[in-house]
Amino acid sequence: MKKNNIIIGLTLLSMATLFVGGSYFYKYKKAEKQKQTLEQYRKDLVKNYSPVYGDPNAPVEIVEFLDPECETCATFFPFVKEVMNQFPGKVKLVIRYAPFHQNSVFAVKILEATRHQNKYWETLSKLFEMQPVWGDHHNPKPMLIWTYLSELEIDTEQIKRDMESPEIMVRIQTDLEDVKTFNVKKTPTFFVNGKPLESFGYRQLFDAVKKEVENTK
Amino acid sequence: MNDKQAYGIIFTCWLTATIATLGSLFFSEIMEFVPCTLCWYQRIFMYPLVILFLISLYRFEKSILLYSFPFIILGWFFALYHNLVQLEIIPESASPCVQGIPCSTKYINWLNFITIPALSFFAFSILLILIIIFYKGYYNEKK
Repeated sequence: MKKNNIIIGLTLLSMATLFVGGSYFYKYKKAEKQKQTLEQYRKDLVKNYSPVYGDPNAPVEIVEFLDPECETCATFFPFVKEVMNQFPGKVKLVIRYAPFHQNSVFAVKILEATRHQNKYWETLSKLFEMQPVWGDHHNPKPMLIWTYLSELEIDTEQIKRDMESPEIMVRIQTDLEDVKTFNVKKTPTFFVNGKPLESFGYRQLFDAVKKEVENTK
Repeated sequence: MNDKQAYGIIFTCWLTATIATLGSLFFSEIMEFVPCTLCWYQRIFMYPLVILFLISLYRFEKSILLYSFPFIILGWFFALYHNLVQLEIIPESASPCVQGIPCSTKYINWLNFITIPALSFFAFSILLILIIIFYKGYYNEKK
């Protein structure tokens, strides 16, 4: 019986080692590959049509892949702005879309259309703020977005015309292609001056931005 | 079949179930493949086997057959069904995966036939064969 215990113990130990070792190896390989991709496709991280928040000439650039219907994106958004406020004029935010949910594309089309009326950032904040209502996953009510637009004094008739422009669809498609290129699987995904966060979190984003700001001094 | 051989069979069963469990966790947690509905059913029937077989390695009783067999056979059928979906013998529309990840998604395809459901079917088949050997050679003999 003693011998059996040793065999069971050793088996468990070797399998745990394989699992943990394999995890580290896989993550290391993946990080290497992502680094290569980022070097190779660095210019694709930002597109000329991508909305930019803050000073376009700011030295530090946060690229955020987001989805208007994603809960974490909504809770995270005020924090992204807070990080930017900590370093006034040093940081800009570039929005890319990763529309993974049911009504995401609809919301993105409206968002893009609001740019013609210079209400993009107000609309994005409003969409995130009201997301628990319109973007509830069990009972989504995307039509509520129209009432929010009226509250923001946006010409909804104009939006309805603008949002169907093929240009917007091309943007969404291009962003989705880059989602694949940069292996964005979760939203929000951040790249600070072309580097991914080591892990996801408030602190990690702040630290990454702080580091880049200090580098530019 | 003597006690030692029977113990060896259950040990191999435990090893198979543990490798399958850790492998599936590696796919979902480390490689971040989202499991589809059918994958979840196979996981439901595979994971408890690790615990069941481990306990029986300490308190070796032939009754392990009764406890493990329902899990193995149900898991085996789910794995069979999932493979038929992936091989397009059963159309995806007839399968229960409506939302989320379609069960026909092939995350891996090593050597053109080793997909994740194929690995699952392989593991459940090994368990099924082993437990049948256990039944014929040990459970039935030692009444």
